[in-house]
Amino acid sequence: MAQQIFAYILHKDGTADDTALELIAAAGVLNPDASITAIVAGSGAELDTVCQNIGPRFDEVWKIDHEALAYVNAEVLRPALVRILPKASTILIPHEHFGMDLAPGLSVKLDAAFLPDVFGLEGIENEKLKAIREEFLGQVSTHVLCDVSNGVVITVRPGSFKADESRNRDIQIVDKSAEALADGVPGSARRYLEVVAAEVGDVDITKSDVLVSVGRGIEDQDNLEIVFDLAKAMGADVSCSRPIVDAKWLEKSRQVGTSGQTVKPKVYLALGISGAFQHLGGIKGAPFIIAVNKNPKAPIFQAADVGVVDDILDFIPELTDRINEIKG
Amino acid sequence: MEILVCIKRVPDTSENEIEVNRDGTDIERDDLVYSVNEWDNYAVEEAIQIRDKVGGSVTVVTVGDEEGEEVVRREMAMGADHGILISDEAFTGSDGKGISAVLKAEVEKGNYDLILTGAQADDGAGQVGGMLAAMLDRPYASLVNLIEVVDEKTIKVGREIAGGNQEMNEIDLPCVLSIQTGINEPRYVGIRGIRKVASLEIPVHTATELGIGADAAGTSAARSKRLDYFVPEPGEGAEILEGSTDEIIDKLIELLKAKGGIK
Ligand SMILES: Cc1cc2nc3c(=O)[nH]c(=O)nc-3n(C[C@H](O)[C@H](O)[C@H](O)COP(=O)(O)OP(=O)(O)OC[C@H]3O[C@@H](n4cnc5c(N)ncnc54)[C@H](O)[C@@H]3O)c2cc1C
Ligand SMILES: Nc1ncnc2c1ncn2[C@@H]1O[C@H](COP(=O)(O)O)[C@@H](O)[C@H]1O
Repeated sequence: MAQQIFAYILHKDGTADDTALELIAAAGVLNPDASITAIVAGSGAELDTVCQNIGPRFDEVWKIDHEALAYVNAEVLRPALVRILPKASTILIPHEHFGMDLAPGLSVKLDAAFLPDVFGLEGIENEKLKAIREEFLGQVSTHVLCDVSNGVVITVRPGSFKADESRNRDIQIVDKSAEALADGVPGSARRYLEVVAAEVGDVDITKSDVLVSVGRGIEDQDNLEIVFDLAKAMGADVSCSRPIVDAKWLEKSRQVGTSGQTVKPKVYLALGISGAFQHLGGIKGAPFIIAVNKNPKAPIFQAADVGVVDDILDFIPELTDRINEIKG
Repeated sequence: MEILVCIKRVPDTSENEIEVNRDGTDIERDDLVYSVNEWDNYAVEEAIQIRDKVGGSVTVVTVGDEEGEEVVRREMAMGADHGILISDEAFTGSDGKGISAVLKAEVEKGNYDLILTGAQADDGAGQVGGMLAAMLDRPYASLVNLIEVVDEKTIKVGREIAGGNQEMNEIDLPCVLSIQTGINEPRYVGIRGIRKVASLEIPVHTATELGIGADAAGTSAARSKRLDYFVPEPGEGAEILEGSTDEIIDKLIELLKAKGGIK
């Protein structure tokens, strides 16, 4: 029998997340002959829509349907998954806020190995899986060898595998709700209340064509002035990385990244930003990226089209002056 | 409220360029500046603020070599009441589950209502908090960016989710939370603060004291092993502009104009 690999499907408003097809690609690297089973949790008609839509891409879809899962709480879902997953399973989960909530504890409860935030896989030999991860915010990579003989939970970095759209199967939906929730909905010591929507700021960076984006390399709040001067000269808006928001130097609505805004500018100028994947995850639409960073090894230079290795505190004012000169 | 905060001593990425050593077995460790993991510092600040509001105590704990004492002391200078260093040769080579098993043993020696970890540390795993919670059979919430004490048995937490949105939950104590940066503004620790705690005795706990065998932590228990460190082949990386600053700026302005970057 072919190996069965599980993929956890995130979805919203009846639409599966982009990561669904990325997990198929990852599973394909693990074992090209594997049968891939999607696991989808949720409630009612929306859940059914998701199952129908992803159905052809997977060998099987397992659905867990309950009104208590209308908003999926990892603490409720985890015991349900433990009930239905066979011994020594391989399960792929996207490495984002929900996966980070669910996966580490799931690996403990399954007594499976855990491989967090994987962005490359090199296949399995003698029940040892070789994976590629990054450490130190992407400054170095590592190969990790993982004993998967008792199963493995892998969280896969979004965007690191190219979506596999090639599969087209007969839809096979298996309702696992009864089995998963055999003892009723696990009474949870963590109860979901509500989602508080992000505050809207005075500029909407999601609509900007040109962004001048500033990171921790700016060193001091007072130095932000030179960034705004440059943006003004260029006719651009100012956005930033997370540490600038954490320090309360700029409002949250200007933060680019997975936990901030998703932007689609034509030009993105990254100043003193290292290029962590959570930051890059918020830049879509393949803009022209220019990075200025004093560390030539900063990961941002892998993502950028053009780079300048320099101290931004010197470079920014000079650039601003020249643009202003030209504009007269 | 009795609060335990797990902290880790890590190379400071904002102070160092991390480089791989010659044979790829490790990063270059000479001259590295170490500090407390950024996320853990927010966790300690949050614990101190909760204690100051509702009473109780804050204990910080780290698993590491003897240098770990340095970060324990720093966080005590910040305001933590107690510090523990867990250190034993036997723990070398532990994976995330091994570290969690060690921390679990320490938790069980105390009587903690709230256990905080950072959302992630230097290896970017984000695993210890969730594993620890599962091992202790306690509820868990990750990426917490708001904590409100409701009463002695419950707290309200905000979790950071996508797009700057916040997911609110109520959670029963005792529980484990992983803390996200930005939840507060960690206080500054000056030389004077460090001096005040310089002579405090920091207890060291070992494998025997915690009852941790080779099946629970250390190299032989680890199911994941790091094989090497490497810097990926620079693929289609950026074209680095060369020349004098003037020349670079000329080229850059040309590019910006061509791409519509100057209006
Ligand atoms: C769940 C989760 C979600 C996250 N979401 C986001 C998100 O949405 N957005 C986000 O940005 N981050 C996010 N992060 C944080 C992310 O992992 C990084 O910590 C963050 O992006 C780093 O920001 P930075 O590049 O500004 O700082 P650093 O990584 O500290 O980089 C600073 C850079 O500036 C350079 N530099 C320093 N001084 C100078 C100088 N004078 N001149 C030139 N260059 C200089 C340095 O070489 C370095 O490369 C998230 C993290 C987690 C765990
Ligand atoms: N050696 C350690 N000692 C104490 N706490 C740790 C250790 N390693 C990780 N942690 C805690 O677990 C969090 C997440 O780390 P990690 O799972 O390694 O990404 C850290 O922010 C710490 O709070």
